[in-house]
Amino acid sequence: MSHEAVRVDPDMEYLTPGVVDLEQMFWTGLGATYTHCNQVWPNLYIGDKKTALEKPGLVEMGVTHIINAAEGTWNNVSTEMIHSLFLVNPSGDIFLEKHWKSVVSRSVCDYFLEAREKALDPEDVPPVISTPHHYLISIYRDKLFFLSVIQTEVPPLFVIEFLHRVAEMIQDYFGECSETVIKDNVVMVYELLEEMLDNGFPLATESNVLKEMIRPPTILRSVVNTLTGSSNVGDKLPTGQLSTIPWRRAGVKYTNNEAYFDVVEEIDAILDRTGTTVFAEIQGVVEACVKLSGMPDLTLSFMNPRLLDDVSFHPCVRYKRWESERVLSFIPPDGNFTLMTYHVNAQNLVAIPVYVKHSINFFESGSGGRLDLTVGPKQTMGKTVEGVLVTVHMPKTVLSVSLNATQGSYTYDNATKVLVWDIGKLNPQKLPNLRGSLSLQTGAPKPEENPSLNIDLKIQQLAISGLKVNRLDMFGEKYKPFKGVKYITKAGKFQVRM
Amino acid sequence: MLCFHVCAGEIFELKAELNSDKKEKKKEAVKKVIASMTVGKDVSALFPDVVNCMQTDNLELKKLVYLYLMNYAKSQPDMAIMAVNTFVKDCEDPNPLIRALAVRTMGCIRVDKITEYLCEPLRKCLKDEDPYVRKTAAVCVAKLHDINAQLVEDQGFLDTLKDLISDSNPMVVANAVAALSEIAESHPNSNLLDLNPQSINKLLTALNECTEWGQIFILDCLANYAPRDDRESQSICERVTPRLSHANSAVVLSAVKVLMKFMEMLPKDLDYYGTLLKKLAPPLVTLLSAEPELQYVALRNINLIVQKRPEILKHEMKVFFVKYNDPIYVKLEKLDIMIRLASQANIAQVLAELKEYATEVDVDFVRKAVRAIGRCAIKVEQSAERCVSTLLDLIQTKVNYVVQEAIVVIKDIFRKYPNKYESVIATLCENLDSLDEPEARAAMIWIVGEYAERIDNADELLESFLEGFHDESTQVQLQLLTAIVKLFLKKPTETQELVQQVLSLATQDSDNPDLRDRGYIYWRLLSTDPVAAKEVVLAEKPLISEETDLIEPTLLEELICHIGTLASVYHKPPSAFVEGSRGVMHKRLPARTGSGESTESPDVGTIAGGSGTETAPSIIPSQGDLLGDLLNLDLAPPTTTGPPPPTSGMQMGGMDLLGGGLDSLVGSPMPPRHLGGDIGGSAAMGAGFGAVPAVMPASLNAPMGGGLGDLFDLGGGVGMPLGAYIPPKTVWLPAMKAKGLEISGTFARRAGVIQMELTLTNKAMSVMTDFAIQFNRNSFGLAPAGPLQVLSPLSPNQTIEVSLPLSTVGPVMKMEPLNNLQVAVKNNIDVFYFSCQYPISMLFVEDGKMERQVFLATWKDIPNENESQFQIKDCHLNSDAASNKLQASNIFTIAKRTVEGQDMLYMSIKLSNGIWVLAELRVQTGNPNYTVRKERIRIT
Repeated sequence: MSHEAVRVDPDMEYLTPGVVDLEQMFWTGLGATYTHCNQVWPNLYIGDKKTALEKPGLVEMGVTHIINAAEGTWNNVSTEMIHSLFLVNPSGDIFLEKHWKSVVSRSVCDYFLEAREKALDPEDVPPVISTPHHYLISIYRDKLFFLSVIQTEVPPLFVIEFLHRVAEMIQDYFGECSETVIKDNVVMVYELLEEMLDNGFPLATESNVLKEMIRPPTILRSVVNTLTGSSNVGDKLPTGQLSTIPWRRAGVKYTNNEAYFDVVEEIDAILDRTGTTVFAEIQGVVEACVKLSGMPDLTLSFMNPRLLDDVSFHPCVRYKRWESERVLSFIPPDGNFTLMTYHVNAQNLVAIPVYVKHSINFFESGSGGRLDLTVGPKQTMGKTVEGVLVTVHMPKTVLSVSLNATQGSYTYDNATKVLVWDIGKLNPQKLPNLRGSLSLQTGAPKPEENPSLNIDLKIQQLAISGLKVNRLDMFGEKYKPFKGVKYITKAGKFQVRM
Repeated sequence: MLCFHVCAGEIFELKAELNSDKKEKKKEAVKKVIASMTVGKDVSALFPDVVNCMQTDNLELKKLVYLYLMNYAKSQPDMAIMAVNTFVKDCEDPNPLIRALAVRTMGCIRVDKITEYLCEPLRKCLKDEDPYVRKTAAVCVAKLHDINAQLVEDQGFLDTLKDLISDSNPMVVANAVAALSEIAESHPNSNLLDLNPQSINKLLTALNECTEWGQIFILDCLANYAPRDDRESQSICERVTPRLSHANSAVVLSAVKVLMKFMEMLPKDLDYYGTLLKKLAPPLVTLLSAEPELQYVALRNINLIVQKRPEILKHEMKVFFVKYNDPIYVKLEKLDIMIRLASQANIAQVLAELKEYATEVDVDFVRKAVRAIGRCAIKVEQSAERCVSTLLDLIQTKVNYVVQEAIVVIKDIFRKYPNKYESVIATLCENLDSLDEPEARAAMIWIVGEYAERIDNADELLESFLEGFHDESTQVQLQLLTAIVKLFLKKPTETQELVQQVLSLATQDSDNPDLRDRGYIYWRLLSTDPVAAKEVVLAEKPLISEETDLIEPTLLEELICHIGTLASVYHKPPSAFVEGSRGVMHKRLPARTGSGESTESPDVGTIAGGSGTETAPSIIPSQGDLLGDLLNLDLAPPTTTGPPPPTSGMQMGGMDLLGGGLDSLVGSPMPPRHLGGDIGGSAAMGAGFGAVPAVMPASLNAPMGGGLGDLFDLGGGVGMPLGAYIPPKTVWLPAMKAKGLEISGTFARRAGVIQMELTLTNKAMSVMTDFAIQFNRNSFGLAPAGPLQVLSPLSPNQTIEVSLPLSTVGPVMKMEPLNNLQVAVKNNIDVFYFSCQYPISMLFVEDGKMERQVFLATWKDIPNENESQFQIKDCHLNSDAASNKLQASNIFTIAKRTVEGQDMLYMSIKLSNGIWVLAELRVQTGNPNYTVRKERIRIT
């Protein structure tokens, strides 16, 4: 096969592009700009339907014959946003496909699977992949790939957000998002997907609306259904679908009216070798579980709202009130939802709750090395740090470790080269320590890269940013609800460089 | 292709179950069918049986059948017809859920025959009392349009859809907008989404009330609107800003797009402008704490935003620091943005981070980190030294790929800061043996060749590479050839053998045409004229700069208008890659326009071609045609050889232009002068080549082998006679009008001084004495800088040449045409008046070379309306020659880049009154027509 450009007629200036050039053109689309008709060779044109139907134009061009090479009737550019959805498991099998318009061959996923092969880690698969005719946008959630096929210019974030909603919906309906669960409920998942998207337009993505249209499975209901022959599909139009508060259905009734709020803060930080903070910020989220009858109108205020200058809200929150008074005013959805997320990244406000003393040395000879780790509390505001877990990604050549932990236990996975030390509760009087020797592959040189250490931890009853809820008021309903607020701090991406 | 076939037995079984009398059994059977469908099995054979289950009161069963139908109707169009009656019936159902379901499913069945039946039910549903049905029907119009656009238009559905924009229910509005934008996209010229202040207001109201997805459609639609003035754009911005706090990142990014676009119209001194800038940072930062896939898209867009408006995120460097467990695609994007944000203020921090990354595990990431250090050095001059020492530290680690990467970037640093860091060469040479990647080897060889005079054993080093010449990649071979030639030119005595060896290797033993050609060129050069060879090979190289990896400004503007789209992820114009892109619409950022008079700097005049200007200083000459003149006039190749000669008529045309005034051609492209040039595109090009040697100095005019086209270029570029363009003299004042005194003249700019060159001839019978000259007020304040030096009396039939220096500090008054000059000359006989026109190029000052950074910033800042473009026809020069030519007339090339075979020259001109003109000149190889695409003007 020739890859070179060829001059067909020695008297002509024209060179046909070589295979490589052509491929380049097709892949990047940088060749010709789109017009209705292009002359591709002297007296040879490629045109679209419009050109073919305009006889005078054809006569003018001197066209005598037309060959129709169109594929089917619907070969025009598809218009919807998400054409198809494929679910792919970690071993690369497609176990569910949903097409919103015509059926796209699943061979389109080959491009994705190829990229999956190339990536070292499933998390490293690029989220947007272009193929000759489609774009593949994917997310990786709960060890599954949600892969969407699109054909037109769409906002990728739109697609990615939607895919996350699909994953959340499955989690919400079936308690977990796994291949087994999806396979067991395949028809219901299919029905749900149909409800969520119509011709590429998201239709109903609010969980309470969906749940009214297709009821989630419960053991009791499936028993009742088999006995009575009734179904899981709601036959009434969900009330929330079209009201200006689509997130809440009408006629909610509870015997116990309760509203709980969890303020959860995660510390993302990078500490350098000396323990100095390179970067730290707090990702906060206020999760709510509201079970209130009727149409309650809630107002939540904070002691120190000035902490929060970067927030994003559930659509129920009235933004104007927040702008002017710094209070959260909203009619809540029914059940669990995320009320708001925020982050605090002013360095001085981010307390670092633990410190790590570490040393890792490898002998010059290259046969082994020593590791010594100590973890201790730092700025904990008097609370106990628990659930401490230290993860060290060892250099590739570390074959085995022989360590001694004064508290907790450790494991070393030789395949992934990850050392995990599960410490548990941190006792300020007796600091946990892990030390011992590392052995390297025989003949391997002294490792070049520095390992990095990740910490997991939990502090109950503390929002490390100092955020405090002041009060919660309810309007619009007469009963007295039970209210509660819980605080918890966790480590997010908390990394210590060694 | 993976394809599952269900075995016949299974199909048979399902068929029996589907035709069962028991409802429950039927339903289970349909479920089984659907389940097979979801895993890609072909169950289309069951079509009639499934369709038979459609008429049922059981909603769940109905839905399942509909699901099946949508999947297979296309492959079974005749069968699908069977379903039509049920659809039509269902559209009348009292339950709105069923009505909506029916209209929705009908739209999904892409079968021609069905569409005719769809029209009536759809019309009813569009006016349904229930908003849920209306909203579903709106989407259905878009579906139907996709199937049969003509039908939709004929049935008047588009108008109904437009009416729905005013619907009382925000969800209906959102869906109507979505449907309309979709239809409009396939008909770019239709005026479907007629955005006016009223409809915009409706959209903004709906924005607050509809769902998150609807908000995205509305925001994307808003982004296409062009506000009338800054007040309107401010009020839209104010109403869009709350969307920045939305939990849905797609909403946030669409809002950012609208704000970035409309911000362009706001005056920068407005308080609100600053407020808006501040408000944009937090949501962008928040996007980075989302899931990695969202982060990726956000980062690609932030990359654009940072290039357009670096001030938004300049204090947020730390959020871009790479975390250990970020996916690789996020890491690489963060790194890129870190470099873009690097400045003198934060460089220490950035370098410390980069050094950290350079010791990580992932090889790709480490490489990119090392490159990033080099880019820092080039971007932030003050940090260069620190960067170099960081790179040296990294070289000491002896990690193979780190060392190689470091050497590649050090080469770039040398090119940015020549003669500054050569002390490190010794360290680099130590690592010579460990280099196994072509790029690193080539870089090292370049360094050795470039600094051969300072490396004692340069010849040995290069010789060691030469041993395996044929096994090297082309990149290395080319570099080695050049390096040895450089070495020879620097140390000719001891390296003669070496150079001969490499030349013979390149020319005789190699099959690679590039290598061979380069070898021949060097060989000829060296053998004909070593001095010229030195000039060519050791010529001073232009410094590289950071902007090499910036996105070209016009593309950037277009991409900013497409924030959040695939285009923004790929950093390519939307027209470039979306399959079958329907009618390419280029979006541009809006220009800054004032609603009041105070918003615009009063000094900025209207563009050439605009209507008259009020204020005197705001006179903008029509640069465009002038560039044309300069190129056209004496650059047209001599017509000695070659077929269809570019006739001298063209040159005449050029002169006419000058004589006849520029105004007539202001703002419009120059008409083609003669047919020959256009017809003979490539032939004329050939003639151009053939003609060049005639202009070349004799030293280079030695006979050369054929096929050395490149060298002609080279020679042409180097040997082109330089000097500002001076038009020939013309008669300004005929003798019969001035009692025997004839004045002809021209203008020239010599050593920064404008000269009026006059030829005075006495055609009268008596002696003339007492000459004096005076100018009327004129556009650029030209005035005589001294008296007219006619020392001796002018006898009859005597002619003298006088040179009158001019200054530009005289009184200013706008003239028509702009470059008109009214002159009064006095002698002992009378006072005579005449007017002449001077070429604008006289006013281009020598310090018109703008700093690159300033150029870039200015280019971005100038509003679009100060822009024009035109073509210069039939100019047979390559970009470098044109650039040299123009430079002689004080039109300076600031930067050059090559995009898809086109050379883009970015040029600046400064006029004597402080007006800057920035231009982009596009030269397409092989195309004799130049396009000056942009001209922008500002006053300093």
